[in-house]
Amino acid sequence: MGFLIDNFGLFVDAMGQTLLISLFAGLLALVLGTILAAMRVSPVPPLRGLATFYVEVFRNTPLTVVFFFIIFGLPQIDTVISPLPGAMLAVGLYTAAFVCEAIRSGINSISAGQAEAARAIGLTFSQSLREVVLPQAFRTVVPPLGNVWIAMVKNTSIAAGFFIPELSALLPRLANAAADELIATLIGVVIAYLLITLPSAYGVSRLEKRAAILR
Amino acid sequence: MTAPILYDVPGPKARRRIRIGTVVGILLILGLIAYVLVKLAGNGQLEGQRWAVIFDPRSSVPQFLLRGLVATLQVAALGMVLATAMGALLAIGRLSDHRWVRIPVTTVIEFFRAVPLLVVIFAAFLLPPTFGVPISAYAALVIGLTLYNSAVIAEIVRAGILSIDKGQSEAAYGIGMRKWQVMTFILLPQAIRRMLPVLIAQLVVLLKDSSLGFIIGYFELLRSARSLVEFFRVDFGDQYSFQIYVAAAVIYIFVNVILSIFARWLDKRLARSKTSPEGEALPLTVEQFSAGGGGATTP
Repeated sequence: MGFLIDNFGLFVDAMGQTLLISLFAGLLALVLGTILAAMRVSPVPPLRGLATFYVEVFRNTPLTVVFFFIIFGLPQIDTVISPLPGAMLAVGLYTAAFVCEAIRSGINSISAGQAEAARAIGLTFSQSLREVVLPQAFRTVVPPLGNVWIAMVKNTSIAAGFFIPELSALLPRLANAAADELIATLIGVVIAYLLITLPSAYGVSRLEKRAAILR
Repeated sequence: MTAPILYDVPGPKARRRIRIGTVVGILLILGLIAYVLVKLAGNGQLEGQRWAVIFDPRSSVPQFLLRGLVATLQVAALGMVLATAMGALLAIGRLSDHRWVRIPVTTVIEFFRAVPLLVVIFAAFLLPPTFGVPISAYAALVIGLTLYNSAVIAEIVRAGILSIDKGQSEAAYGIGMRKWQVMTFILLPQAIRRMLPVLIAQLVVLLKDSSLGFIIGYFELLRSARSLVEFFRVDFGDQYSFQIYVAAAVIYIFVNVILSIFARWLDKRLARSKTSPEGEALPLTVEQFSAGGGGATTP
């Protein structure tokens, strides 16, 4: 226990890195994922095709490989990116595919009558999507989006393999520096992750209750 | 709701706009591709000889990548089998009538769902040596994947068992079956049928996650690619790096897309051949459980 207190600053810094990556990657994933979902239901075939292609590629590629391409591949097209924004980009691009699928399933769960009514009163595709379908879809996708968010927080741990001093990276680092305190380190890291995921899960369930539509 | 409900059958004006959108969209995509290609060509990444090395057995690149793929599949297969067995046990434990079984099992499941897989793998890799037990990267990876995924699969199995109509178990009890008989002869066989597509989707996740072996130094596909790059760097610099990474990524995507398509096909097939009279929708969908690579805590 004393070990954890002595190295408290180290854990706080690492947790800060994890949160930082999570927040920015989450933002990117939410925006990009929504755009992709809109593209997947749009009447323009190439947009549909592009979004489908994106989702299929990113859902079937390990996040580690995405990291590889961002960190080692981008320099090949003359775009050098430093590790931290690189990690945000990698996690964000990867998660966007899952956000897209969650939102699309939400769009599909809206009863057809809503969209038909929107069209009947003369709204265009983008209007009916913006004013009628998406606001309801976002409500029904709160639980799946919450799951995606929590999975994403856990996925940021992969940044440990790519020069970022976040929470998981503490394990191999302190395993070398303080081998006999490994269990304490492990407990500290697990607690730090739980400090992020458990409140998230609680928040999602609160949000879910507030956002639920009575049908 | 299918897409066409969101918009009317396009009239002449809308058709023109869609056509314009199509052209603009295609141009945009082509522009993006062209930009990447020009940049790559500018760095000489598109020369045939650089790509030929991937298919040339004399460079030992194909053998190396193949060995990496086999190692990846090996870990994934072993991890999947162990995780499924353990997941089924955990699921049954969580559904137990006895509180002293249910509570610890639930705690274990929730714990492994809340912790990143990499932390579990690191723990499996770093902890045993401190107790004087040597462990290989392979074993650590399998243990990590098994523990983590058994918790995810336990939830899938539980959802599957709960989705079976109550009448089934009531009827089984009615003809005098015991609890374990109801579970093994009535509930599990039906649940497994329903879960199969989701389990295969989880296999895709597990296969992707096995790439974490890269970080602890197990020679799976990604690590093989990386060591090839480092090996070539001595003589050729970074001449072949990009090509080898692309090859590794394409192999991953290829294998996973095939598995995903298989899962979806199975999903459709099982849905069609479902004999239950109520015909209700499955509470399980392939999408639901593969949220971003691995399970997540559902409150």
